[in-house]
Amino acid sequence: MGSTSSTLLKIPNVEVLMQETGFSPAHMIRLHDRFKALDKEGRGHLCPQDFGAIKELAMNPIGDRIIGAFFCPGKETVDFHTFVKILAHFRPVDKNRPKEPNSPEPINSRSNKLRFAFQLYDQDKDGKISRDELLKVLQAMLGMQVTEEQLESIADRTIQEADLDRDDAISFEEFRKSLEKVNIDHKMSIRFLR
Amino acid sequence: MTHIIICLLFLVCELNHSVTSVFPESSLLIMLGFILGGIVWGADKAQTFKLIPTNFFYYLLPQIILDASYCMPNKLFFSNLGAILIHAIIGTCWNAGTVGIALWACYEGGAMGNLNIGPLQFLLFGALISAVDPVAVIAVFEEVHVNEVLYILVFGESLLNDGVTVVLYNVFDAFVSLGGPKINAAEIIKGIVSFFVVAFGGSFLGVVFAILISMLTRITKNVQVIEAGFIIVLGYLSYLTAEMLSLSAILSITFCGVCCQKYINANMDEKSVTTLRYTLKVMANGSETMIFVFLGVSAIDKNIWVWNTGFILLTIFFVVIFRFIGVFFLNWILNQSRLIPIDITDQFVMAYGGLRGAVAYGLAALLDEKKIPEKNLMLGTTLIVVYFTVILQGITMKPLVQWLKVKKATHSDLTLNGKMNNRAFEHILTAMEDICGRMGDNWWTRHWNYFEDKYVCWLLLKSDARKHKDPIFGAFHKLNLEDATKYVTEGERKGSLDFIRNYDSASVDFKKKLALEYGDITPYITGIDNVPVTSVMKNPIPSVSLDIHEQDRKSLPDKLSAHHLLDQHLYKSRRDNRPTYSRSHYNTSENPDEMQEIFQRTMRSRLESFKSAKMGVNPAKKLSKHPKKDSTHKPNGKPADPHRTHPYGDEDFEFSADSASSSEIAGHFHRRSTNTPGAGVDNPAFIPEMDTSPPMRNPPWQTETGNNTAVAPSQRAQGRLPWTSTNLRHLALLRMSTRSTDSFVMADASLDEEAPEEKPGTHHTRL
Repeated sequence: MGSTSSTLLKIPNVEVLMQETGFSPAHMIRLHDRFKALDKEGRGHLCPQDFGAIKELAMNPIGDRIIGAFFCPGKETVDFHTFVKILAHFRPVDKNRPKEPNSPEPINSRSNKLRFAFQLYDQDKDGKISRDELLKVLQAMLGMQVTEEQLESIADRTIQEADLDRDDAISFEEFRKSLEKVNIDHKMSIRFLR
Repeated sequence: MTHIIICLLFLVCELNHSVTSVFPESSLLIMLGFILGGIVWGADKAQTFKLIPTNFFYYLLPQIILDASYCMPNKLFFSNLGAILIHAIIGTCWNAGTVGIALWACYEGGAMGNLNIGPLQFLLFGALISAVDPVAVIAVFEEVHVNEVLYILVFGESLLNDGVTVVLYNVFDAFVSLGGPKINAAEIIKGIVSFFVVAFGGSFLGVVFAILISMLTRITKNVQVIEAGFIIVLGYLSYLTAEMLSLSAILSITFCGVCCQKYINANMDEKSVTTLRYTLKVMANGSETMIFVFLGVSAIDKNIWVWNTGFILLTIFFVVIFRFIGVFFLNWILNQSRLIPIDITDQFVMAYGGLRGAVAYGLAALLDEKKIPEKNLMLGTTLIVVYFTVILQGITMKPLVQWLKVKKATHSDLTLNGKMNNRAFEHILTAMEDICGRMGDNWWTRHWNYFEDKYVCWLLLKSDARKHKDPIFGAFHKLNLEDATKYVTEGERKGSLDFIRNYDSASVDFKKKLALEYGDITPYITGIDNVPVTSVMKNPIPSVSLDIHEQDRKSLPDKLSAHHLLDQHLYKSRRDNRPTYSRSHYNTSENPDEMQEIFQRTMRSRLESFKSAKMGVNPAKKLSKHPKKDSTHKPNGKPADPHRTHPYGDEDFEFSADSASSSEIAGHFHRRSTNTPGAGVDNPAFIPEMDTSPPMRNPPWQTETGNNTAVAPSQRAQGRLPWTSTNLRHLALLRMSTRSTDSFVMADASLDEEAPEEKPGTHHTRL
């Protein structure tokens, strides 16, 4: 146990991190190790290059967007803090957590998970998924056999299903509503991050 | 005669839904059996209709198990296999042991009076009464639609515990024959070994028969009419063979059904599949009915009843109590490592759903009276326990489930949003797992899928079935046909089929199904071919909506086409269709073509943004598409040459971010120079220091470091990876130079001339 505590100390602000994200010390150490493994040049922060080195991400249709989600707008590097915070979105929801009245919502709450997904769609960060943004996502996720018109009709249909205030864009609230019945806790959680 | 009566009364009960909503069918049938038994008894003064174990085990049980396993939801089954096995093996052993020992303790304590019984016989009794019965479980849970996980846990357990039950029964039977003193460690070890042999042997035999059946369906094209018959016969054969070899027959037939369903469904004609399914259902239902009626009839027999209040009551009590304890304890252990812990209410239902049934009765009837003098007592008690669980627990199951608000099976009509987002979530999770670097679950499943794709499918599937392995394709085709027939029926109903021939006047005013103003229907009358509907209908997005039968919720045709499209074309993630609580197997078919496509696209988009950053051109919002390039990815058969330096990626270069550029590869080269805004202009921004201000999508990670392992291809893409080190460096050199974009074009051109032009889509070699 001595080694774990010393490793923990090497991570700056680890207590604050653990509190914010809810990760256990073991997870923090594992994530830190992974961070260091990704950070091949030992700079202490990651750049898109390092993410690009993960070969499976290239096989992911929305891999680039996900990489982008790690980078705050304007910044080009990801430090460990941000890395862990983003990953904290995918912790399974802690059902037994006592609900303190004034504490901020935990990062892995359902709403925050949804917000993460929403931000992947909404690239220009205007709070709405426009038809074009939706088109782009669909295009990324659909195969080559789909024609332009079919794509557009699907996008139109999709917006129509979710768009309640008829502004031809999906706001976060509408997004959330359209996914009411979906079990976000399952679909946006990774087991080994519990 | 009995059978006719049974059938008639069955029909009567079916019609009377108000009765069946309270009493599960099985309990009604048992009571029916009582009545019948009473009639026969009254007539003959002896019970001529009994449930003879042989009949039960050889003629009535196999069909039920085969039907159950053939219709088993495989993904769910295998993803929960760990939990199921733990409950089946450990749970059953626990039940058997504790019930036996507890009863013996009570006997020693004098609660049962004088019986000619020894501890081993108690253990034997415990073994035979501990098995959760698949027939009863199906019968009761069918009425109560609980959520799939709960159902599969109970049902899977009931199927797989047969291995344990058979072993325990035989072992204790042997012990009883040997007598107490002769039991030593060797015997016990033999018992444990026999468990492994019986269980794994049975399963293995089932798999062997599954392979046989699948291979058989490959060649039965000319005898399609009796294909279904083959499968039933072979399934039964697997049961008999296992029984003959003293292995677990239920396990054998279970695994036979479970393993072969995917392949025979792909190989056989649709009609045969339907025939098989219905035949199995008919046989299974018939057997079930008969079993329950016989269970009732067998009770009306004065000869077997030896009433011992203590024994009976204590048995019931212990059976229930130890079931609950066992289930809760095991689930607590399991919940430590499941992503989705099993709810307490679900656990309660699991425990309550541990129904005993005809298997226990059959085993009790098989007891040898000479060895076990109290056979009748045990038989009677078994019957009472069966009645207790099936009737009482069966009747109270539904209200209990409602009272506890157990999650019911969800019939969610997924919206397009839901579908798209589900897939997006899968992609996101896969990506996150990759980033975290933990590949525990995926390793096994990926290798199984690779193995399956490469060897298993080659062996077991017909050649054209192999091409259309995608299950979505089959569903798509079916739905298309349905759409088409409905469209025609509707048209005929309205009066004229003229509109099919003449699309311009497609002014058939069908009632809009939903209150949507926007009815963009593109009925896929063309069927399988993925010819865009624009070629069929002149107006690509007609504002017609089909009116389909009101009752049929699912056939919302205005949504269906978009649904089909999404279903068929969404890229599969590696987690495709896997419930996230899986610990091991899931069945994705990783499509190498798809992966290659995604890979190319990603690279292309990265290059585009990289290039546009360099040239100061913003990527246009509308992306270029390739509508008709590749309707199907035909396997090329061309061996990939890893050493060939493809200018592949440079071709991608041509698909610049210009919106105007079309997909015509042939003309791309020429068009590009005219379409690219500012192509001929010396871009002052084009200086080496551009690369120090990368926008998000700038892929310096490919070129800058010259680290060619930066985008190391997976083992699949290896052979076909367009980017080789030489190309990458080439680009880097180009970028560093201050040559104008014209030279860029020239550089591309020169590269392009090197190798023959190939459509990117047809590059794939099937593994």
